[in-house]
Amino acid sequence: MQYDLLIEKVHFARKKYLGGNTMKNIFYAIIFSLVSTGTFAADPCNVSGGKINILANEFTTYRIFMDEVKSCAGADADFSVTHSVDHNKLQVAALSANPAEFSAKLVTNGSITTLMNDGLIRPLDDLVAKYGDNLNDNQKITIDGKIYAIAFMANAQHLWYRESILNELGIAVPSTYEEVIEAGKKIQASGKMANPYGGAFQAGWNLGQEFVNMYLGHGGEFFKAGSAELSINNDQGLATLNMLKNLTEVANPDFLTQDTNAVKEEWESGNLALMHIWNSGAASILDDEGDQMIKADTRLAPSPSVGGGSKPATTLWWDGFGIATNTSDAEAEASFRALLGAATSTEMANNNPNATIWLIKGYTPGDTAGPVVDAANRGATPYPSLPHMSLLHGALSTEIVEFLQGNESAQKALDDVEAAYIAKATEQGFL
Amino acid sequence: MPHKTFFWFFFPSGLAMLLFIGLPIISSFFQSLHIENEQILMEVENCDVFGCKTEVRVDLEATKIIDEENPLGRFNGLRTYADRNHLAFNEINDAWKVSSSYNQFFDIIFNLPFYKALLFTLTFCFAVTPPVIVLGFIVALSINTISQTIKGPTIFGTILPMIVTPLIGSLVLFWMIDAKGILGATIQNIFDDPNLSLKSSSELTWITLIIYGIWHNTPFAFVVFYAALQTVPLDPLEAAIIDGASRYQRVRYIVIPHLYPVATFIMLICLMDNFRVFEPIIGFKAEGAAQSLSWLIYSDLRNESIMLFGSAGATSMLTIIGVGFLLTPVLIRTWKEFKTER
Repeated sequence: MQYDLLIEKVHFARKKYLGGNTMKNIFYAIIFSLVSTGTFAADPCNVSGGKINILANEFTTYRIFMDEVKSCAGADADFSVTHSVDHNKLQVAALSANPAEFSAKLVTNGSITTLMNDGLIRPLDDLVAKYGDNLNDNQKITIDGKIYAIAFMANAQHLWYRESILNELGIAVPSTYEEVIEAGKKIQASGKMANPYGGAFQAGWNLGQEFVNMYLGHGGEFFKAGSAELSINNDQGLATLNMLKNLTEVANPDFLTQDTNAVKEEWESGNLALMHIWNSGAASILDDEGDQMIKADTRLAPSPSVGGGSKPATTLWWDGFGIATNTSDAEAEASFRALLGAATSTEMANNNPNATIWLIKGYTPGDTAGPVVDAANRGATPYPSLPHMSLLHGALSTEIVEFLQGNESAQKALDDVEAAYIAKATEQGFL
Repeated sequence: MPHKTFFWFFFPSGLAMLLFIGLPIISSFFQSLHIENEQILMEVENCDVFGCKTEVRVDLEATKIIDEENPLGRFNGLRTYADRNHLAFNEINDAWKVSSSYNQFFDIIFNLPFYKALLFTLTFCFAVTPPVIVLGFIVALSINTISQTIKGPTIFGTILPMIVTPLIGSLVLFWMIDAKGILGATIQNIFDDPNLSLKSSSELTWITLIIYGIWHNTPFAFVVFYAALQTVPLDPLEAAIIDGASRYQRVRYIVIPHLYPVATFIMLICLMDNFRVFEPIIGFKAEGAAQSLSWLIYSDLRNESIMLFGSAGATSMLTIIGVGFLLTPVLIRTWKEFKTER
């Protein structure tokens, strides 16, 4: 309020005493500098010195976020961003170099651990103290008492369905995976769609993630408490594999080549009636491009539970940013300021309420936030931030393929995962 | 050429080879003998968006001290080569004991990552190389006889598959063979099976990759054969025409014997190239159905962000040995020919 009054006064003064347009800019500059050194915390935006070079995953919500980062950095900033779906594979090599290839990296609770393992991202406490007044407390990702990342959004995979198709066939919205398969078979039998279910089953990270979701839904634990010893070779592991196999029977036979983006395309082409993908997919599925009939018919539902459990078979994720250790302090500060500007931008969040669930102060969640909030309330587990988790994820992503192709038994697949993990973890010094 | 002149002529490229090929190979070999230092784990309090909990972390300071003492990691000898993800001696031994038939034994073996990759790599090599040589020869012969005016554009069109970057070429084909792509839909139409998909089964994916390999490699064979065709002496050919030899007979008894050493050369290069098959697997998103040795190295270095240098180094060494085995017969043959020509 005071701020507005101040501007008003400046306008008045300019009109009354000055008039010229050049004087207007000078006046504004003076007033703004007074404001920023006075009652307000340091303004993170309009960075002038220092290079900003960010590595990030590729999806629509990140594009929205990065546009905001760029506009916060200002026209004078030396700004660049690399979007890549292979960001996880690039990050360690890129940030290990000194000076690092990137000054900042968008991280999640999955990808932060490998950076932490090698000390590749720096503590941010001093920068947060200087610029971070507008942060919510839960945005600060604290590890052993130090802030290592700033989160800006929460994400989870959940169910999506086509309302008209379920209604027409008299199918209730599935709340368990058993019902999803039943619904899928019903749609197949009706002849409406050959492969009504979509999930990101591409061999690699996506497939590993499907196992992680389903295994946690069965109430499983990945490791023996406090150690890196694997504990997935059990009944829950078998049930998980069998459930994934059943799901692939109502999915496109090309499932091993389809990642999230491919599944979204299938959905937008009208080939799917049910799918389990990321909440952030709403940004591109519910936008004004593509078939508006399908968009109007698309509904979001909570993630199903499985095997009689109460927990939804999904994992909770936060997305945030970390700053490279091997970068100069000036670049680190410049990058931090631009990213923080976006991570505290209430305006961006409220202009794109359905792009994801923003963790930003003053954000009013949109219509699509429900399923993620529901997952959190029903006790969904966050993706484990453990140093050796990515070794298991990697072993899962290749070793369960043959089971899903029907070439080996579930027990054999679990034995293979265990053997592959042990070989990798031994080499890496965890066992 | 005097030895001294040859030495200085060869020196720059020899130096480049030593620096950029020789040294990295030695370095990979050393890395393959080592594994990472032990990771010191500790439990710390972590807080994120979803609350606080006590979790395991790597103790950076303790690990750093160990790393500084042993920057190469722990010496592991050849154990990485013998482990389950490489030559898997123990697993083969066990498989031999539990198997009641050869079938079962080979099932178990070709389920191990290294042997699975080796099987695909060798299949790819031996399925792609012969058709490439035959097709390349036929294309070269045909283009050699067409009229001068359309020769240029035809040659350009023919070598296009080689010019297109492998990754781009395979991606374009990947989209075309999609069930809704032009090739995929046509194939469904021909076989009258709406559920037929080239991406869905291992066998069909292998066939697709092999066809892609032939498509991509034929221009190389064509270029070499075409160049060699220009050196075929005209006198015997004209003599053969006068003697009443048919076109087939001329090709069979004059052109092919003349081009024989060239064919050996093409085979050598093709085998070597195809043994390192990698890009089409990424382009066709075929890692579920087909893994090659090069893909294994990639996967070790990019294993969901933790890099397994020792493991990747070991696979690289095994690949080099594999290329050596593959080329030995051809090299021996070339050497013998070289000797007799003297």
